Amino acid sequence: MTKISISVNGESKSAEVEDRTLLSHFLRENLGLTGTHIGCDTSQCGACLVHVDGLAVKSCTMFAVEADGTDVRTIEGMANADGSLSKIQAAFQEHHGLQCGFCTPGMVMSAAALLKENPDPSEEDIREYLEGNICRCTGYHNIVKAIQAAAAA
Amino acid sequence: MYSFDIERPTTLEDAVEALKDEEAQALAGGQTLIPTLKQRLAAPERLISLTSIPELKGVSAKDGWITIGAATTHAEVAKSVSAYPALAALAGQIGDPAVRNRGTIGGTLANNDPAACYSAAALASGAVIQTNTREIAAADYFLGMFETALEEGEIIIQVRFPIPEVASYQKFAQPASRFALVGVFVAKFADGVRVAVTGAAEEGVFRWSEAEAALDSSLAPESIDALEADDDGLIADIHGTAAYRAHLIKVLARRAISAMS
Repeated sequence: MTKISISVNGESKSAEVEDRTLLSHFLRENLGLTGTHIGCDTSQCGACLVHVDGLAVKSCTMFAVEADGTDVRTIEGMANADGSLSKIQAAFQEHHGLQCGFCTPGMVMSAAALLKENPDPSEEDIREYLEGNICRCTGYHNIVKAIQAAAAA
Repeated sequence: MYSFDIERPTTLEDAVEALKDEEAQALAGGQTLIPTLKQRLAAPERLISLTSIPELKGVSAKDGWITIGAATTHAEVAKSVSAYPALAALAGQIGDPAVRNRGTIGGTLANNDPAACYSAAALASGAVIQTNTREIAAADYFLGMFETALEEGEIIIQVRFPIPEVASYQKFAQPASRFALVGVFVAKFADGVRVAVTGAAEEGVFRWSEAEAALDSSLAPESIDALEADDDGLIADIHGTAAYRAHLIKVLARRAISAMS
């Protein structure tokens, strides 16, 4: 067991965890932040994508102890301070960028990481950046449209 | 996963000491090792994380060489290796953006997946792999599928690449894994052209010497028109036959040469 302290969505969180605990399990089971989804658990689908020190990371492929001392942001930390949807989330709603919603937390976190790096991405940039996020409902088209709209907003 | 302890040393000396334990296993970015542990294909008692050691990180360029710390992520190489554009482009095509934010050059070279991208760059460039005990030339480093010249407990510290006059990496990505179904790295130096192929062979990365000889006389796509890559020892699986991979080697080599001229 190792004691870790992580800033999650701006709040300091400390816990004793087994060393083999994945960051995704720590977020969901220790902190109850179940917005971070576990889809494939094999580093492919991107439903568990969170930001660690501002970088997009698959939280199922990182140990919680490796996140000790970092700043983690999850989908629960994406809304505006007044509780309204952020522009990326609002664009997903507006452009029907989700259907079942399972991949959506990861898609939104990926989109946020992309727009931070590249505020005016082309359609190709967006599709390429989403390589590690799998959606089985939408065919991606409306997700791309939502991210383009968020970039323009 | 089986249970294990994780140590996070902050100096190379502590990491070397920790890895003397037979039950210890080095952990770099974890993008291969963590899935392997989940499948219970490995059961180390202790993981020694190498990503909290500052001297293993960073990129520098000097006297025609690029030096990359072993714990430098693919994303950092893609962003900061401006003096060797083909190498930066290769790093930017590994996996997906989130994988590139964790995966490291030292981790991929130590693992030596037969379809890894960096191995082609290292072999075609004539890179030097610097460990805590010695320097290993890329030509002596790759010993077969998941086999390298690294001894038990030996740690890669940095990788040095001589910067070629011109180079190109062309990858035909397996659409699900984003590994190279076949990848071809062509690099031209003052003393000749080197062509390294990854993804294709059972024994991992190799040099296509017939193509190198043909390109030494003229660096043009037509120079290899008369050649056929040998399909002996190439991988055959559900993604492609050995003959298909042999064909891709020539197609991708031609594309790389075209991109260089």
